[in-house]
This record gives sequence, structure tokens and C-alpha cells, in this order.
Amino acid sequence: MKAPKKARDVFSSPIASAAAIVIAVIWTIPTFGLLVSSIRPEKDINTNGWWNFFIQPSVTFDNYAQVLFAGTGTNPPLVLFFFNSLALTLPAVIFPITLALFAAYALAWFEFKGKDLLFSIIFGLQIVPLQLTLVPLLQLFAKGLSINGFVIIPDFGITGTFIPIWIAHTIYGLPLAIFLLHNFLRQIPRELIEAGRVDGANWFTLFSKIVLPLSVPAIASFSIFQFLWVWNDLLVGLTFGGGVKEVAPMTVRIAEMVGTRGSGWELLTAGAFVSMIVPLIVFFALQRYFVRGLLAGSVKG
Amino acid sequence: MLHIPFISGRKTPWEVIYPNLVLLILSLVVFAAIIYLVFLLASRSSVRTQEWLKYLVFLVPATLLLLIGLVYPTLRTVLMSFMNDDSTEFVGLDNYFWSFTIPEILIVLRNTAIWVFVVPIVSTVLGLSIAYMTDRMKRAAVVKSLIFLPMAISFVGAGVIWKFVYDYQPNLTKPDLGLFSALSKSIGMNPPNWLLESPLNTFLLIVVMVWIQTGFAMVVLSAAMKNVPEEVVEAAMLDGATVFRTFIRVTIPMIRATIVVVLTTISIGTLKVFDIVRTMTGGNFQTNVVANEMYSQTFRQMNYGRGSALAVILLVCVIPIIAYNLRQLKIERTER
Repeated sequence: MKAPKKARDVFSSPIASAAAIVIAVIWTIPTFGLLVSSIRPEKDINTNGWWNFFIQPSVTFDNYAQVLFAGTGTNPPLVLFFFNSLALTLPAVIFPITLALFAAYALAWFEFKGKDLLFSIIFGLQIVPLQLTLVPLLQLFAKGLSINGFVIIPDFGITGTFIPIWIAHTIYGLPLAIFLLHNFLRQIPRELIEAGRVDGANWFTLFSKIVLPLSVPAIASFSIFQFLWVWNDLLVGLTFGGGVKEVAPMTVRIAEMVGTRGSGWELLTAGAFVSMIVPLIVFFALQRYFVRGLLAGSVKG
Repeated sequence: MLHIPFISGRKTPWEVIYPNLVLLILSLVVFAAIIYLVFLLASRSSVRTQEWLKYLVFLVPATLLLLIGLVYPTLRTVLMSFMNDDSTEFVGLDNYFWSFTIPEILIVLRNTAIWVFVVPIVSTVLGLSIAYMTDRMKRAAVVKSLIFLPMAISFVGAGVIWKFVYDYQPNLTKPDLGLFSALSKSIGMNPPNWLLESPLNTFLLIVVMVWIQTGFAMVVLSAAMKNVPEEVVEAAMLDGATVFRTFIRVTIPMIRATIVVVLTTISIGTLKVFDIVRTMTGGNFQTNVVANEMYSQTFRQMNYGRGSALAVILLVCVIPIIAYNLRQLKIERTER
């Protein structure tokens, strides 16, 4: 007799499991090598491979101290860029989620003409490569927009501050955020919304009393998404930072460190790890929400 | 090379951070205050006013931002692609002729094609295999976490990690720092200068993207496989199909839609990626891709026409994907 149990046993074959473990180890070695290198003394890291650490272990945190707090030449220390990344990320997560939740609410529950078309357009915008928008958006920030001398958007003089980066990230985050949150909000039972309406709640109180509290899990999922995306972004930070170090995120600085090769591996490995530590913590602490958001975005139903 | 001028070389970090911190706090407070006030006023206004006010508050801000920040710039870039370097006169299709005739740009296009072909397929096949291997595995969570982990790392960080792996030691008497060089020497092979050898280097850069995307494919496909009804798989196996055959003949067809989503998502991501190339080779040694060349043409050569044409080429590549997804969306919506 072939019992169903047998099927499960065959599936959990030791060979498949062993292969999976081998792949996981291979996948981890590069990152692990970086981490080990970052705590080796400068002399060791630049004279032999990081695996020699296990033969002659010597640990130092000098690399971190140096890259974080001592600037090189005219370059400020990494701690400044760490702050910038943090300061860029907070509003660049809060702004788009708020606006997207508003729009998703309207698209899910208001009845108006052209609703489906608008939703389809927003859905399509998810895929438009950022590259198409860089120059015109940059010119908007730098010069405003006027047609035949008629000013539509004035020049606010915000180039070189965080503001263009915040706005750019907000815009780029909106389509996916609206799409995900809309799918979530549509699942709120119709009776709940209608009961609220009957009780005399207007669309505004309905939002703050019913919709917002129910959306917390979806907001959490998307926040992690947007957080990782903004924190890890290079293109937007590079383009909309106005070429000013005062507002450049860590990715810009690390990319520059690699390019100039002025700094040895001891600073590069420590610096790279500093830039990775926050997303890694977020990833491990909130993996469940992250996966949920990922699935909501890519698996139908 | 990009050099960011540090306007105030003499300032301490705190002197730079302080005004920025003030701006950050102020912006968050102002944003919260505006929303609070709008809600306060709106919920007290008359029912008639609320009928149009609700659109103004909920729908207009995001729609307006998308119009100004995505729709208008996209149209303008398309227009700019038919104009000269500083967008002062029309040049017809010149920028496109340039894109498809200059040998360097042809290499850029060739590389991009290789990326878009290899990355999605390899990542998806690997992700699918790992999802299959870990499907009934005990403690699969640890294995999956480790493979998924690169998703949390920036392309720049991944670039540093792998540049270290590919490090090349020209002085043969000195020990290697790079893992690849050391490994190839240990099997008696003379290591090439990894990132300088074309076309090997393009594939080495592709490895980095595959390393990142495999975890994504694995997580999504693994979830889809969990949704395949147990009875279907068991029925197939009772009919005498082997485990592997069941997987190929039953499981894969049942998660086909998800596989397509994974493939297209990774293709789009791959088309847009420029950080890896920029960080690891700077686009030199014949490793350049469209997204990076677009950046160089626009912000280093200051040739907006050519930069825009390259951006439009990217758009043209994703249009079929947009169209396909929109059709899927429509099907999904009518099914509900």
C-alpha cells in the first residue's frame, strides 16, 4: 500500500535537504567574508585572504571607528552619511504611505467615473523605469515649471536640501503603495463600511475610525518595502541630492569609496557593513511582514 | 569619476547634521499638522461640501503627484529623445540612429540583452529548485532566510561584497585576498583578472544580480507551491509518477501564473539596475548596460537627447510587460 504519508517522506529526501543547505552556505559566504574582513586589522586584511582569520584570529574595531568618525581628506566621516540615510528614509516612507493610503481608500470605496481607468494607469505606472523621469523632474525642482512665462510651479529653491529627494521617493513609491493598499482595503467587508455610513459617519471619520486601524498590517508590510528600497537606493539619492555631500545617503558615499579606490579594503568592508546593518536588522526582525508584502505584490489572489 | 563637492569642508559633522535635523523634524511636524487640520475641518464641514472635499483630500494629492512626477516627465523625456543635447532643437531620429550604430552603444545594448535574458531565467530556475528542495524540509526557515537575505542588501553593498570576492592579485608571490582567485589557484588554475576579462566580467556581474533575485523567486514560488492542493500531488504519485515527474508535470503547470509574474518582475528589475555595474566596473571593460549608459550620457556628457533616447529604449522594453500585466489585471477584476 502506498499511503499518502509515503509521499511526504519521499519529498523530504536527505539529498534535497543537503543540497539546499549547501546552496544556503554558498549564498552566505560572500557576506560572511565581508563581515569577517571588517573586524580584521588593516595589516591582515590587505596582506592575506579573510579565511586566514580562522588560523590567526585577531579582532579589531578600529576600521569601524575610523570609517565612522574620521573623515578622509575633504570627505566627512560616514556617521554623517548614516544620519543622512536615516533622515532621507523617514519622510520618504511616511509621506508616500500616507498619500497612498488616502488614494487607495478613494479608489476602493468611492464611486466615481473613470475609477477603473485611473487605477489601471496607476498600476501601469509601477513599471515605468525611473530613468525616464530623472531629467524633467530634476528641472522641475531646479527651475519650476512655466509655459510661455506663465508660472505653474514656482522655483522653491530647494535644490541641495533633502526635500527633492523626499518628494522624488514619495512619487516613485506611490504606484506600488496605492496598488498594494488598494487590494488590501477592498477586502474590508462592505457591510462594515455601510454600517459606518448608516451610523452617520462621514468619509473622513470612517477613514480614521475604521479604515486606518484595519490597515495597520498592510501599512507595516509596505513600510518595510519602502524602507528597504529608499535606504538601499543609489539612483535617486545621487540624482536628486544636487551633488551635495550634506544630503547624500550612505550608498552614494560607499559607491564613491569603491570608485576612487582611495580607501583600502579595511575601510570599504567596514563602511559597507555599516550601510547594511540597519536593513539587515529590519529584515530579520520583520521578515514575516516583508514576505507578506512581497506576496501581496506578486501573487495574484 | 563623480566628485561631490563638500561645500563646507571645515564643518564638523554635527554642524552639518544640525540644520538638517531641524528641517527633518519640522517637515514631519508640518506634514502631520496639515493632515490633522484638514481632517478636523473636513469632518466638520457640511455634507454637501464633503461630497467634493473627499476627492480633494483623498484622491487629488497622490494623483497630482503622479501626474507631475511620473506622467509629465515621461512624456517630456520621450520628446527630449527627439531633440539635441540641450533640448533646443529637434533632430528627428538622430539619437536613435546613434544608439543603434555606435559600436560602444551596440555593446551596451548587447550586454543589456544578456542581462535581461540570463538573470530572470537563472534566478527563477534556482529559486524554483530551492523552493522544491525545501518544500517538505525540516527547519527550512533558516535555509530560506539565508538565501533570501541578499534582498535586504543594497546593490552598492552587494557590489562591494562581490568586488571583494573577485579581487585579483597581480603579484603572483603575494597571497590572494579574493575568494575566487584563491579557489582557482587551489585547483591549479591560473586566475584571470576577473573584472577586466570580457565577456567573462559581464557574467560575473550577472552573478551578483542572480544572488540577489534568487531569494525573491524562491519566496514567491515557495508560497505558490504551498497553495497547490495536497490531494493533486498525492493523486499523481499514487498513479506511479516519481517525485520529480510530479513536480514537473503537476506542480509547475499549477503555479505557471506565478512563475510568469516572477520572471517579469525580475526582468523589469534587471533592466533598471545600474548600481551593480556602476559600483563594480563603472561600466568599463565592455560591461556597460543601458541604465548606466543613460546615466552617463545625461549627467556626465550632459547630452539630454541621447540620455533620453536610451531611457525610451528601456521604456519600449517594458511596454509589453505593462500591457500583459494590465490584461491580467482586467481578467482578475472581472473574475471577482
